[in-house]
Amino acid sequence: MSDLETTSGSGGPAGVTDGPIGGAPTTQTQLKKVKKQKVLLMGKSGSGKSSMRSIIFSNYLARDTRRLGATIDIDLSHVKFLGNLTLNLWDCGGQEAFMENYLSQQRAHVFSNVGVLIYVFDIESRDVERDLATYVNIISALVQYSRDAQVFVLIHKMDLIPPQMREDVFVQRVALVRKKTAEAVAIVRKASLSQPQQQTSLSPQQQQPGSTSPTTLPSDLEIDMQLFATSIWDQSLYKAWASIIHDLVPNLAVIETQLASLGVAIDADEILLFERTSFLVVSKWASREGETNPWGDRFERMSNILKSWKHTCSKFTGTPRNAEQFCEFQYKMGSTFAMFVTKFTTNTYILVCMPPGEARFNSAKLNVAAARPWFKYLDGPPAGVLGGGGGGGSVASVQNPYAVGSLVFSGGERGVGNPDS
Amino acid sequence: MSSSGGDRGGPSGDGHEELHAQPLRPLPVRFISPAALNLSRVYEQNRQRIQKKDGPKVPDPTTPQTKGKPRLLLMGQRRSGKSSISSVVFHKLPASETLFLESTARIQKDSLNSFMEFQVWDFPGQIDIFENPAYSFDMDAIFGEIGALIWVIDAQDDYLEAVARLNVTILHVQRSYPHINIEVFIHKVDGLSDDYKLDIQRDVTIRIQDELSDQGIENAPVNFHLTSIYNHSIFEAFSKVIQKLIPRLGQLEAMLTNLCRTCRFEKAYLFDVNTKIYIATDSTPEDMASYEICSDYVDVIIDFTEVYGSWPRSQEWKARLEGEPWAQPLGEQVGCEWAESGVVLADAQRPIMLREVDKFLALVAIMKEGSYEKMPQINMNVDVVVKGLIEFFEITKPRGGGIAGQGGQDGGVVSPGVPPAL
Ligand SMILES: Nc1nc2c(ncn2[C@@H]2O[C@H](COP(=O)(O)OP(=O)(O)OP(=O)(O)O)[C@@H](O)[C@H]2O)c(=O)[nH]1
Ligand SMILES: Nc1nc2c(ncn2[C@@H]2O[C@H](COP(=O)(O)OP(=O)(O)OP(=O)(O)O)[C@@H](O)[C@H]2O)c(=O)[nH]1
Ligand SMILES: [Mg+2]
Ligand SMILES: [Mg+2]
Repeated sequence: MSDLETTSGSGGPAGVTDGPIGGAPTTQTQLKKVKKQKVLLMGKSGSGKSSMRSIIFSNYLARDTRRLGATIDIDLSHVKFLGNLTLNLWDCGGQEAFMENYLSQQRAHVFSNVGVLIYVFDIESRDVERDLATYVNIISALVQYSRDAQVFVLIHKMDLIPPQMREDVFVQRVALVRKKTAEAVAIVRKASLSQPQQQTSLSPQQQQPGSTSPTTLPSDLEIDMQLFATSIWDQSLYKAWASIIHDLVPNLAVIETQLASLGVAIDADEILLFERTSFLVVSKWASREGETNPWGDRFERMSNILKSWKHTCSKFTGTPRNAEQFCEFQYKMGSTFAMFVTKFTTNTYILVCMPPGEARFNSAKLNVAAARPWFKYLDGPPAGVLGGGGGGGSVASVQNPYAVGSLVFSGGERGVGNPDS
Repeated sequence: MSSSGGDRGGPSGDGHEELHAQPLRPLPVRFISPAALNLSRVYEQNRQRIQKKDGPKVPDPTTPQTKGKPRLLLMGQRRSGKSSISSVVFHKLPASETLFLESTARIQKDSLNSFMEFQVWDFPGQIDIFENPAYSFDMDAIFGEIGALIWVIDAQDDYLEAVARLNVTILHVQRSYPHINIEVFIHKVDGLSDDYKLDIQRDVTIRIQDELSDQGIENAPVNFHLTSIYNHSIFEAFSKVIQKLIPRLGQLEAMLTNLCRTCRFEKAYLFDVNTKIYIATDSTPEDMASYEICSDYVDVIIDFTEVYGSWPRSQEWKARLEGEPWAQPLGEQVGCEWAESGVVLADAQRPIMLREVDKFLALVAIMKEGSYEKMPQINMNVDVVVKGLIEFFEITKPRGGGIAGQGGQDGGVVSPGVPPAL
């Protein structure tokens, strides 16, 4: 787990959620704040929880996960994402004894203040009924202690199902899980009506203004839930995890606005912003033409491609996988299109796809380099980046410093304009 | 450019659904790459179609064009991995999906249009062509063309019977068809230690040479390769096999060696893009690590091309880009009408470059540290060599090759459904 700052064991206080999930920041203080999110990773032992975590956040190859041992109790890690988001990842060992413990002694400790629950089902599991029963218990505990938590259900190891059956198997499982989720909610609601005094262990932070007390669940309570079919052997894992982190990324609205103005300014057809370690797509923008791209799966596909390219480079250079592996990748396909992928800010890579043309390409590269400072404070560490308090205006004014008027034109020479030199 | 046939099926657009065997669903759930899905379906359909057409009574539809095309014959025991190899290398099936392949019942014949047209025949392991009067195979029809016999041995299984059958096969082939190269793939070596791999290779080699010399054949031209579909070794082995079938290979190698000298490249490969087989390299020593990174580079380019280069842009888009302030057709705004790419590794700023040669071939070279600034001069040298390569293959190619219909792309613009090589 070389990339993780890991504290093992289940000790330590529960993660604290600063402010509501999502929503556009309005003030600079919010831009600077590091957001912490408690993320529970649960499911039966051997379902693949530690595997996916290691692949997404620690540069494991899929085949490396065969060496992972079963997780003992809870493996807690703090994953820095984009500098201003910390995921407190609770990888909860799935052996039965542990699960019972989470649901009893550790119930409040585990299920309070949860921002996201990721529940992993092993599609190959023989005892589906039992898996679902455990799932119902977990959801009940979650609803009881953190009823605003988002739930992601991953139907995992889909590679073990023959390709032509995958869609059907998944659709069936989705229906089953939704049904069970509804049952779990119903159970909690009933319990809360009959024994309203039982829940005393809630932390005060949990009761946010405007939300009704968990002891009186609204009758229309619905769980914010998404389901994905995943496998560590293909891009599906990136699709699921990009959705999971998407709503957690701070300042997303600002990043998106700025990406859009950059895209328009440099005449791009598509821009993707990747987090540097996981290569998950953090934000994306497409021109009207770019939106007609028929490849709907291209975002997770690009994550997958670029991450395995990073591993290839690491193998070739002999440098660690978490080290920076390539700084620049450009590709011009005649008069069809041109693209480049380059190191962007400290924590991001950027992919730009654009129309062909040497002059356009070279100036786009220069302008992307010029736009770096613009994004820096959005993903950088919170302190010191803005250079004290004087930077207020520069943050608020979402003006376009690289508007078309100020486009730098470098000659149309074919070759490699290096914006850094 | 990544498809091995024009009909790989499109991306997730709904218009392509009718290609699938499954009925339309109101809300399709897309959890694996539609590309992968389509690929395996199309591949299965093709297989079934070919299996049907391949029945004993129906004349082989490929026969009229098969004359003069080098042939790769994949033979070996049941479940040794023949169909997996052919699917992974020639149909881009992900290695993990080979678990679902069924045992082959009839000879599967694939025709491949590439820099050179060749055929791949995948034999059913359950039938021994030399000991099966019921089938009475026409040996001339099988071994009559130049090519290679690839014998696949499952290294994770007991291989004595495989070796015995191989010996019988070699005896037959050596006598009557000495123009066939014999290549032994000691296969599924993933998961085996390096020592163990070499032990097996030694053991197999001795068993074959002994048997052959008992039969009076000394120094039979048998080559051995350690392979697995889970890494690059299978592609590297095919590269070696195919290079032996290329006329005037030495000339190609000399061109690459020259290029490396003038441009100060560390290593250069000429790749067949669709299969990632390299058909020539310069004279510096073999280096698996270099081959791997160059081959993965080709993969990335294939994906980029498919995602961003395989669909037509609108007229408005084109009109706007050709209007003010550029006021030039797109074709004149670009520095080159072919595909080219460069990547710089963070480690020591080492660049790698890729350059399209023709529809099927790409030149990939690992450059010396810090030479990215010299790209313009390097590009000029590369242009010259690429011209030479194109001429080389013009001469080699049979006149009026069957691929002419796809040649009419103007300046790299892709017609949908027929992805160009690059
Ligand atoms: N075929 C397949 N195997 C997988 C996949 N994901 C994980 N595995 C394998 O499943 C095994 C168990 O994975 P782990 O990640 O250790 O399981 P876990 O959920 O963390 O288990 P506990 O820690 O005991 O709760 C490993 O051998 C993985 O290689 C997948 O998508 N497909
Ligand atoms: N570990 C490993 N398994 C492999 C490899 N290549 C193929 N296999 C597996 O071997 C099994 C049999 O593969 P096939 O390709 O169907 O074998 P075949 O030689 O075509 O068999 P027949 O058609 O019956 O002659 C499949 O389950 C493959 O997944 C390899 O390189 N490594
Ligand atoms: Mg685990
Ligand atoms: Mg077979």
